[in-house]
Amino acid sequence: MTMTMRALLGATALCGLSAGAFAESITVATVNNGDMIRMQGLMSDFNAKHPDIQVNWVTLEENALRQQVTTDIATGGGQFDVLTIGTYEVPIWAKQNWLSPLNDLPAEYNVDDLLPSVRGALSVDGTLYSLPFYGESAMVMYRTDLAEKAGITIPDSPTWDDIKAAAAAMTDKGNEVYGICLRGKPGWGENMAFIGAMNNSYGGRWFDMDWKPQFDSQEWKDTVADYLDLMTNYGPPGASSNGFNENLTLFQQGKCGMWIDATVAAGFVTDPTNSTVADHVGYAQFPNKAGVDNHGNWFWAWTLAIPASSQKQDAAKTFIQWATSQEYTNLVASKEGWRAAPPGTRTSLYENAEYLAAAPFAKMTLDSMNAVDFSKPSVQEIPYTGAQFVAIPEFQGIGTAVGQEMSAALAGQETGDEALAKAQALTDEEMKAAGYIQ
Amino acid sequence: MARAVTPARKTVNTAAAWIVALIIFFPILWTILTSFKPEPVAVASPPVFLNFDWSFDNYRTVIQQRGYGQFFWNSVVIAFGSTILGMIIAIPAAWAMAFVHGPRTKDLLMWMLSTKMMPAAGVLVPIYLIAVYFKMLDTQILLTVVLMLMNLPIIIWMLYTYFREIPVDILEAARMDGATLFNEIVYVLTPMAVPGIASTLLLNVILAWNESFWTLNLTAFNAAPLTKFIAGFSSPQGLFYAKLSAASVMAFLPILILGWFSQKQLVRGLTFGAVK
Repeated sequence: MTMTMRALLGATALCGLSAGAFAESITVATVNNGDMIRMQGLMSDFNAKHPDIQVNWVTLEENALRQQVTTDIATGGGQFDVLTIGTYEVPIWAKQNWLSPLNDLPAEYNVDDLLPSVRGALSVDGTLYSLPFYGESAMVMYRTDLAEKAGITIPDSPTWDDIKAAAAAMTDKGNEVYGICLRGKPGWGENMAFIGAMNNSYGGRWFDMDWKPQFDSQEWKDTVADYLDLMTNYGPPGASSNGFNENLTLFQQGKCGMWIDATVAAGFVTDPTNSTVADHVGYAQFPNKAGVDNHGNWFWAWTLAIPASSQKQDAAKTFIQWATSQEYTNLVASKEGWRAAPPGTRTSLYENAEYLAAAPFAKMTLDSMNAVDFSKPSVQEIPYTGAQFVAIPEFQGIGTAVGQEMSAALAGQETGDEALAKAQALTDEEMKAAGYIQ
Repeated sequence: MARAVTPARKTVNTAAAWIVALIIFFPILWTILTSFKPEPVAVASPPVFLNFDWSFDNYRTVIQQRGYGQFFWNSVVIAFGSTILGMIIAIPAAWAMAFVHGPRTKDLLMWMLSTKMMPAAGVLVPIYLIAVYFKMLDTQILLTVVLMLMNLPIIIWMLYTYFREIPVDILEAARMDGATLFNEIVYVLTPMAVPGIASTLLLNVILAWNESFWTLNLTAFNAAPLTKFIAGFSSPQGLFYAKLSAASVMAFLPILILGWFSQKQLVRGLTFGAVK
C-alpha cells in the first residue's frame, strides 16, 4: 500500500469519526403557515438547549406534503423524522401503524394541560399519537361598525335565522359591502369544511349507521338551500372560487359584513398591518339551526407526529416536545407578544390573564373548541368520528367531488337539488367500491 | 426573393412584434412587480400596477426564512449534471442514427420519443421504490440520473435533426483524407454541429432547471432544488403571493440571465440548423 493510499484511508476514517461526533440531524416536514414560520425563527432556543440535534426543515404545500409523506411512509423511505399533519390524518394513520405512539411523555410536559377536545382527537384507543401545535374551531367574525350602522346586534350564540337577518341588513352592494362571505372554492378542506360544519349544525350527517350517504335527507336539503340563498342574495360576486385566503382578503379590505370561518382567522383580521378593519371586529359562536344543539363541530389542529419509519425516534421526540410545550408558548410571548402565541392547544394559555388581555378573540376561540365533540360530530347516530370532515381515508376524494357539485350549484350551473342528487349518487358509488356498503 | 419593405410596413411589424412580446412576457413582468409589493397590495382589487411602495422586504423575508444558496446549488448541479450526462450518451447515439442509418432507425427514434408520452406519475412508484432500495432518495445523484433519463429522448432527437443536416459528403471527404473516426467527430463533425449542440445543451438545462414533478417528489432537504424552494411558499392560511413571487423571481432569474447571454447561439441553433 502506498503512502498516498494510506493517507487517504486515514483521512477517510477521520472524516467518518468526526461526522459521528457531529449533531444528529432530523428532518421536519411542515406546511407554510405563520406559526410554523415563527417557530423556524425561534430555533436558536432549541439549538441552545439541544446542541446535539440539528433540525432541517422541508416546507411544502399542504396537499404536496400529504402526498409526499404518504408515499414516503408507505414505501419505508424514512426521509422524514417529524411530520406536520392535521386532525384528519392522525386517527387514520395511527390505525395503519404509521405513527409512533407517544405514551411515555415526561411529567414536565404536562400532558393533562392539553385541551380535552384536542387530546381526544389525537388519540386512538386512549393512546396519543401526535402533539398539537395549534388548534382551531370556527366562529362568526363580523364588523361591529357595520352592525351598528345597520342597527342590529348579533347575539353571542346566533341561529342561522339571526345570521340571515344580519346579512340582509348589512349588505350594501352599491358600496361593495356584502353581508356575508363564505367559502365556495371546491375541496374537502375548502367549501366542504364549511358546508359540512353547517350541515352538522342543521342536525344532519354524512352517513347513517349502515354507511348510506344522507344527501337525500331533509337536513342536507335545508343546509344547501339556505347556503345558496345566503350567498346568492348577500354574498360577494364570484364566490364559487373563494376559499379561506380570498375571503380573508375581502374581509380585510372591508367588503364583508360577516365571515364564518376558522378561529385562526381572528389573528389575521385584527392585525393592523394587513387589515383595514382591525379595530371593528366582533365575534360570535358558529351558528346553529334553532332547536339543534350543535354548533358545527368544526375542529382542526396542526400537530407534530413521528413516523414509525424514522430512524431517529428519540431526537424527534425531544423536538416535538419542545415545540408544543408551555415553555415554547412563553418563548413566543416574550419575543413577539402574547397575541402571537399558538392558540387552541393548552388550557393554561386560556387561564393566562396577559393572553386574555392581548387576544380579544381568545374567549370565543376557547368556547368554540370546548363545544367540539370529535367522537360524535352530529346530533344523530353515526358510525364515524370527525368534525367538519369524516375521519375515513375515502373522505378526501368524496369530499372534494361533493365540493365540486356544491361549487357548481353556487356558480349557478345546476340547482341545489341537482347537486345533492349527484352527490348522493357519487358518494354511494364510492362507498360501494370501498366496501362499506355491500 | 425578398419583398421590399416600406417604412410604414416596418413600423407596423415592429409594433406587432412588441405587442406579442409584451403579451408573452406579461406574466413574468407581473411576477416581478408583485415581488416588490407588500402582501395586501399584491391581492388588491382593482390591481395596482406601478403605484405602490416598492421594497425588497419580500426578498429579505424569503431569504431569511428559507435561505437560498443550497437550493440554488442543487439546481445548478442537477440541471447541468443531467444535461452533460445526457450529452455524453446522446452525441454518439445521434451520430450513429444520423450517419449509420439502419432499417430500424426510424422505429427506434419513435420508440424513444414514445417514452415521453407516458405520464411521469405512472413510473413514480417504481422509481421511488428503486431509490429507497438503493438508499438514494434525496440525493443529487438520483435527481441527475432521473432527469437525464427523462430528457434523453429530447436530446437525442434534437441532436439527430442537427446531425442530419450535415452533408455526409463532408464527412466522407474527411475520411478520404485519412481521418480516423475520432478525428472525424472531433475536428469535422463537432465544429459544424456546435450551434446545434449548444442550443440542445441550453434547452435541456432550462428543461431540467424548471422540472418540478421529479424534483418535488424525490427530494426532501439535502438535494432540494429551487422548485422546492418556490413550492414551500404557497400557504393555506394567510397571504403569500408577494413572497411567492419573490421566490419565483429568485428561481428563474439565473436561468433568464443565462438565456439572455446565449440568446444568439440559441436562436441560431433553433432556426438555422447546422450548416445552412
